[in-house]
Amino acid sequence: MRRVRARAGALRAQALALAGRYGGDRITARWRRLPPRLRGPLLPVLLIALAAGYPLYRNDLFALPVVGSFPLVGTAVAMLIFTMMALGLNVVVGYAGLLDLGYVAFYAMGAYFVGWFASPIFAGHSAHVGSVGVDPRSPGIHVTVWLLLLGAGIATAIVGVIIGLPTLRLRGDYLAIVTLGFGEIMPQVARNGDDFLGTGVNLTNGAQGINPIDSPGFGSWLHDHLGLPEAFSTAVNRVSLFYWTALALLLATVFCTRRLRDSRLGRAWIAIREDETAAAAMGVPLARSKTWSYAVGAFFGGIAGAFYASFKGGTFPEDFFFNISIFILSMVILGGMGNIWGVIAGGLLLSYLDREGLANIGAWVNSTFGSNIDVPKYEFGIFGIILVVVMLFRPQGLIPNRRRKAELEAGVADEPLSGMRSQ
Amino acid sequence: MGGAILLGALAIWIVGNFLQTPASFASVLMIGITNGAIFGLIALGYTLVYGILELINFAHGDVFMLGGMMAATLALGLFSLVEGTSAYVLYPALLGTLVIAMVFCAALNALIELVAYRRLRGAPRLAPLITAVGVSFILQNVGLIWKGPGYVSLPRLLPQGEVFSAGGVSYTWDKLIVLLVTAPVLVGLILLVQRTRAGKAMRAVAQDPDAARLMGIDVDRTISFTFALAGALAGAAGFLYALYVTTLRFDVGFQQGLLAFTAAVLGGIGNLAGAVLGALIIGLIQAFNEGLGWLSPGSDWTQSIVFSVLILILVLRPEGLLGERTPEGG
Repeated sequence: MRRVRARAGALRAQALALAGRYGGDRITARWRRLPPRLRGPLLPVLLIALAAGYPLYRNDLFALPVVGSFPLVGTAVAMLIFTMMALGLNVVVGYAGLLDLGYVAFYAMGAYFVGWFASPIFAGHSAHVGSVGVDPRSPGIHVTVWLLLLGAGIATAIVGVIIGLPTLRLRGDYLAIVTLGFGEIMPQVARNGDDFLGTGVNLTNGAQGINPIDSPGFGSWLHDHLGLPEAFSTAVNRVSLFYWTALALLLATVFCTRRLRDSRLGRAWIAIREDETAAAAMGVPLARSKTWSYAVGAFFGGIAGAFYASFKGGTFPEDFFFNISIFILSMVILGGMGNIWGVIAGGLLLSYLDREGLANIGAWVNSTFGSNIDVPKYEFGIFGIILVVVMLFRPQGLIPNRRRKAELEAGVADEPLSGMRSQ
Repeated sequence: MGGAILLGALAIWIVGNFLQTPASFASVLMIGITNGAIFGLIALGYTLVYGILELINFAHGDVFMLGGMMAATLALGLFSLVEGTSAYVLYPALLGTLVIAMVFCAALNALIELVAYRRLRGAPRLAPLITAVGVSFILQNVGLIWKGPGYVSLPRLLPQGEVFSAGGVSYTWDKLIVLLVTAPVLVGLILLVQRTRAGKAMRAVAQDPDAARLMGIDVDRTISFTFALAGALAGAAGFLYALYVTTLRFDVGFQQGLLAFTAAVLGGIGNLAGAVLGALIIGLIQAFNEGLGWLSPGSDWTQSIVFSVLILILVLRPEGLLGERTPEGG
């Protein structure tokens, strides 16, 4: 104990000496002086505080070069939700190393789950369970959105397991193709589900989509006694409320996936990713671990989809095209597969570019050079170029996972492609 | 077991439809075979590339789409063909269009391999798959910018007259022309792979690239050649699609490409005859589902059905109908 204290003292003296030498670098020195127990969480806590306050100070922020203003709070909600989906996909692709090209199916599942149980679509039935902001006599099933978020997560996880089960025996490309197949079936079911398989059953309301979908809220009792918002839909700061909820969901996802990664299950995933055969030989249960990775990934995708549908107040089939699967996959790859910080960075960056950034950059280009380019039109081409360039020159992503990077460079993740190398 | 029940249900459905309306069944059958022929040309491209690199070339469908766009541009713009152009002009012009579309797609596909896949030969398999998806997006965007977001439509250039008609069912010339273009291409391809030196080199590289290199085969050139060959087939398919279906759009390559890929997997990926068989089956499933009246879900559900078939095949018989059991699929 004394030795530790002495060592800490020495460090402090060193830091002070440093601070003295570089007078301007006071902050760095202070940082070094902090005890490690504080130093670890300080940065995340600061970032979370900064993120939590965003709706309050966003309007007072300075203008950025090129892209103009900071993203709108509504855009920020979408960014957080897509980042959450990317983190969910990261469990499947980044941790377990299973390529899922149909992640949009889980997003759709979550969105339609909340659509079924919190909208007037089943007008023949009327049931209200803790719903807020809806006329109690209105038709349809209305369950409180909080419960539905959890329900959507669980239902989607079950779908994930169902999708995962037939693919357990398959490896690599075949797996990717089966998930792609599910990802293609899902939007078609959504689009044509108003007449399901020609039977006349209306499941999804077809191209019109399901709307309006209820908002979450805390009800009148909590509103009167604790001052919590009664219903998000009627609140003055509706978008900010959704923003904070989305942030809370994202943080919960970060926490869960982080803890999972370090758990027994997470280590099993990483072992499977690195070498499936070796992992099986060491007694890692392949089928069970893989199924769990699908379930966990689907769970977060489902919650994100349900919440986003509630935020938008509706769910429409065109939200669930194959492109979205690739879009979310790009976030994971661009950021750095398997690295939570990387995936968050990739998710925020790409969803921002998608929602506002590209349009803003296009406007800046056009006004600066007097050109007339419709930048959003090139969006998917630009994403394609990002995918190709990142894979060719930085396959480990922007913020790589150290372990994953070693795998990519040494190529132990899978049998190298027939062991070929160009001469 | 499960497979047997499914096959039985399928057989009952097909026979039931045949008994209900024999005439429309026959015409739907012909449509299915024609569509299957076009799918077959695309599916062969997937299977060739997979056979040699074990790579699902996601961009292949989009190469096909650009081939169709090229054919449309040439037929309408360069040769200014219209409905009723005299046969002496029409057929040479169409032949020219076909050749240029094939060369264009061959060059494009070889270029894609050079830029997006070659550097990643030693990388984990995920890497080239992702660049393939990226290239697919880029090509779709090219199509979108080139021809706009709407459908490009062509006049019905192929003759629509009857070749023969029997029992109220007529077989039209345009369907026959599709088969007349497809059949020699298929025969030529199989001869090329089985009888020529280049084909032998392809098979050698597919089996063992290192051993092939030791035997003096230029592996890079062989792979480029395979991509060019696959691209040429996609170009021919694009040409036929543009003329036979007469409407195409930037995303048509993605949709048709997925169906064709399914066909390749269905037949046993890496197997040339299997790809053609799978394509015929997919073409028939599509035509039956969209054309038959009795208990068929209709065109809204074609993709769902095709992908369900794909998933079932992969689960029940991962090596495909004619494929060999591999560690990957088994």
